[in-house]
Amino acid sequence: MLAKRIIPCLDVRDGRVVKGTNFEGLRDMADPVEMARFYNESGADELVFYDITASAEGRGLFTDILRRVASEIFIPLTVGGGIRTLDDFDRVLKCGADKVSVNSGAIADPSIIGAAAKKYGDQCVVLSMDVKRVDGQFRLFAKGGRVDTGIDAMEWAVRGVENGAGEIVLNSIDTDGVKGGFDLEMLDALAARVGVPIIASGGAGNMEHFAELFTHPGIDAGLAASIFHTRQVDIKDLKRYLRTQGVEMRL
Amino acid sequence: MIAIVDYGVGNLFSLSSSLKALGLETEITRDAARLRAADRIILPGVGAFGDAKAKLDATGLVPVLLEEAEKKPFLGICLGMQLLFDRSTEYGDHPGLGLVSGEVVDLREDLADKTLKVPHMGWNSLQIVKDDPIFKYFENGEYVYYVHSFYARNCAASTLGASEYGNVAVTGVVRSGRVYGTQFHPEKSGDAGLRLLKAFAEL
Repeated sequence: MLAKRIIPCLDVRDGRVVKGTNFEGLRDMADPVEMARFYNESGADELVFYDITASAEGRGLFTDILRRVASEIFIPLTVGGGIRTLDDFDRVLKCGADKVSVNSGAIADPSIIGAAAKKYGDQCVVLSMDVKRVDGQFRLFAKGGRVDTGIDAMEWAVRGVENGAGEIVLNSIDTDGVKGGFDLEMLDALAARVGVPIIASGGAGNMEHFAELFTHPGIDAGLAASIFHTRQVDIKDLKRYLRTQGVEMRL
Repeated sequence: MIAIVDYGVGNLFSLSSSLKALGLETEITRDAARLRAADRIILPGVGAFGDAKAKLDATGLVPVLLEEAEKKPFLGICLGMQLLFDRSTEYGDHPGLGLVSGEVVDLREDLADKTLKVPHMGWNSLQIVKDDPIFKYFENGEYVYYVHSFYARNCAASTLGASEYGNVAVTGVVRSGRVYGTQFHPEKSGDAGLRLLKAFAEL
């Protein structure tokens, strides 16, 4: 059977990995290529890179890094951040990305999902969503979780999948940075609505949180950043532990 | 030299990088002379069968590939493996290269548990069905990376390895003569995948 996936996420700005809490107050952590090597050796099943650079110069640094990572690390690479057009897809795919994640770009222009799926295949298009509870509704947020779009997140996900998104990253703003566990209620709500793989993001604080996550059969992968970057949780230890808990893991 | 067939389908960066990482000489080409000169040929591919087959046909390389597949080790990866078969029912009914006998059909047709997700995407354990030199550096049960919605069936005679997905034994590795195919992506399957490519380069 398919193994559940453990995915470290690297936010890259001006060629360096950064990770903040609740998206604010970023701090520099390490060199992305070094970190990618480290995670590959630790048994990460996939790597996600978010380009949070604003400048064109920083964007060039990012594609250089991507190319270097893809030249030596042979596991799936997902790239997101600033993806708005098919040209953006093209730019990162040429540098070795396997999947491209769209978030605010798809909110600004939802047709990007269908256009990219048609050109590169559904498997290539990852719909990433930042979601927060507002007035008893799961609400879709844009711009790194800062702007309430007023859109129902579950409806948004269903439409995205209909248009060709092959996978969804659900980041709960409510649990992000809190380290109190994944947002299982929100994740279950999504799993009940879509049939594509779901990557859970936001809230992982310890190994038990992952074990708890994978008791929910609709969830395929767990994504985290700071707990891996700070070595609070070692991926190798985590995967061994999860296997003892009966979760299928690639070791 | 290992020639990677360039017919405008998919991303060849990782595949050529993985071969380079193994110290192998590689060339991405659509030149018939280069394919004839190569020691080995890899046919990659992602996307939909009909579209990819049309693009491959448009290169005019099919007769060359059929000829060379009898002379040297040949490897189809993912959609490139599916193209080796007789036919596929993806969006219609399309003839393949006919190098391996069998058909390519929607995984959903055969999955009994309809809650299982399609595409079959992620790491699955590959069970060796029939030992072969391609598994020289590979241990039974190692995980490989799949991304696909269609799969090859009615090809038991050529199946070397398979992965379990619900009730379906997903055809993972096939061989017919010198022609091999992997449904998963060895160039994305970490160290285990690199070892399969290494064995292919030594065939």
